[in-house]
Amino acid sequence: MDIATFLIQCLNSVQYGLLLFLVASGLTLIFGIMGVINLAHGSFYMIGAYMAYALAPLVAASFGGGFFSTLFVGLLLSIVLGYVLEWAFFSFLYEREHLQQVLMTYGLILVFEELRSMLVGDDVHGVTVPDFLGGVMNLSEVMTYPIYRLFISGVCILLAIGMWLVLSKTKLGMMIRAGSVNREMVQSLGIDITLLYRLVFAMGVALAVFAGMIAAPVSSVYPGMGSSVLIICFVVVVIGGIGSIKGALLAALLIGFVDTFGKVLLPQAAGVLVYVLMALILLWRPNGLFKN
Amino acid sequence: MRHLLYFVLPVFGLLAIWPFLTGSYGSDLVAKIMIYALLALSLELLVGSTGLVCFGQAAFFGIGAYAAILLAPGDSSAPSLWLTLLLAIGLSGAYALLVGALSLRTQGVYFIMVTLAFSQMAYYVVHDTPVGGGTDGIYMYVKPTWGWIDLDQPMHMYACIWLSLLLGYLFLNQLLSSSFGRALAGIRVNEQRMRATGFSVYPYKLAAFTLSGAIAGWAGYLFAIKDGYVNPELLSWHLSGAVLVMIILGGLGHMRGAMIGAFAFSLLQELFQSEVLFSSFSKHWHLSLGLTIMAFVGLMPKGLVAVPSQLKERLSGPKLLSSESSNLESTS
Repeated sequence: MDIATFLIQCLNSVQYGLLLFLVASGLTLIFGIMGVINLAHGSFYMIGAYMAYALAPLVAASFGGGFFSTLFVGLLLSIVLGYVLEWAFFSFLYEREHLQQVLMTYGLILVFEELRSMLVGDDVHGVTVPDFLGGVMNLSEVMTYPIYRLFISGVCILLAIGMWLVLSKTKLGMMIRAGSVNREMVQSLGIDITLLYRLVFAMGVALAVFAGMIAAPVSSVYPGMGSSVLIICFVVVVIGGIGSIKGALLAALLIGFVDTFGKVLLPQAAGVLVYVLMALILLWRPNGLFKN
Repeated sequence: MRHLLYFVLPVFGLLAIWPFLTGSYGSDLVAKIMIYALLALSLELLVGSTGLVCFGQAAFFGIGAYAAILLAPGDSSAPSLWLTLLLAIGLSGAYALLVGALSLRTQGVYFIMVTLAFSQMAYYVVHDTPVGGGTDGIYMYVKPTWGWIDLDQPMHMYACIWLSLLLGYLFLNQLLSSSFGRALAGIRVNEQRMRATGFSVYPYKLAAFTLSGAIAGWAGYLFAIKDGYVNPELLSWHLSGAVLVMIILGGLGHMRGAMIGAFAFSLLQELFQSEVLFSSFSKHWHLSLGLTIMAFVGLMPKGLVAVPSQLKERLSGPKLLSSESSNLESTS
């Protein structure tokens, strides 16, 4: 492996890892703060990718189009979706056993997959990279790297910083963190915990949908993309320690590198490496890397 | 005794005469569901009885299934039923012992994910290596025999599956009312307290895990023989998830809940796929199944098994102190 290939694989690892982080951070928020085991999280990622495919022509027809306006519309829709879903299907489940949520979210997966199939069909679609991000960067005379992948990494880093700022520096973040520790106590301090949870859920959904939308041009849009990302995101969340954003970031980058380099160096064993990594880490630290 | 009279006799009686009431399609379907029911029973031992949520049950099922086919002799003679069955159970039990020994160091969601990790490892071994025919899977050409039992005949196969389910059900019920089963229940309700009363909980959990894996392997063995074909999908997490859904749907904490759940889930699937009833909408059966499951969560917080008592309560008005619910309450 020469240095340019190595560099490209490193960039790919970082980009994949950061994208995983974006999906997983929503999962770890919902999971760590609200205690909901959300199997439908992969479906939100899938919905995002299909939105990028299906919304673009609609947005173009009504607002004159543009990559960013599609992203914006998708983001708004996803926040509404998350808000409504929490209200309709989760708000009455907190008092019950965790496994009831598993059942509920399993039902949601089936519903989302089928609705997707009825509305958009089962074909694999490609989404075009917007023109102004369509160029390539020259790494050496023959090696190039697409600008769009760098753009994805950049956006993910910005969002990670934003999330960290919101959670650790603002009053809202403080309330959210307090809510994850003791729901009743926060409620008795006069904070509307129901609304807070609803917002966290909407935020988690929006993160997954957003990740799906920006990933669509590089990963293509296909049925079943949700379930493949779901399991890997649970791996990220658990390695990082449930509820830890910092842990999710580190774990996602770790998985990004192991998976990308695994596919290059050990293609026969690429699929299994991630799970071996997870098993080893959890046997070494039974509560993940960053769980106090 | 009441349980024997009102559940075991009618259910297994009906299952026994079922092939005489329907054609080959009906008995084939029920045979498949009975295998899932056995698998669900094995998971119920962990999830409902011990409080260990295992998300890797498909691996033990798949190992049993692959063993059934790989252990057959290379020539075209029929493999011995009891020998291959024992070996298949032994192999999945051995893998469960290994997985359990390691993963029981973790707890809660971490435990769920470690069991998933080990089952994915088994999945990728059969998926990516030539051991089990890779993604194409392998076929079984000659089915096992033992004396006059020949599993190539559908009726023998059906009877064998029926007997397995009955034995598995009675065995697990007996086990749960033994002192071992009481210890498992104690671990589910409050592990800390069990430890404080002098129980070393790890061996109990490990024994339950190994036993559960072995029973799942038994179900997998039957599945492979019945279909005469195995592929890596038998080990995929989709199956682990589906079995988990079955037992939650049926109601945790009762062996009959697992059986009811397996039947309800599979029959609902069959129902919504039926073109006779749903005509063109039957191809959207995922939607109907998903909505039904969601409605169940909303309406039946304790699963299908608790529906009669829920109805009774509705009719006779709420009781001040329900003894059953206070017994089942867990302090998680």
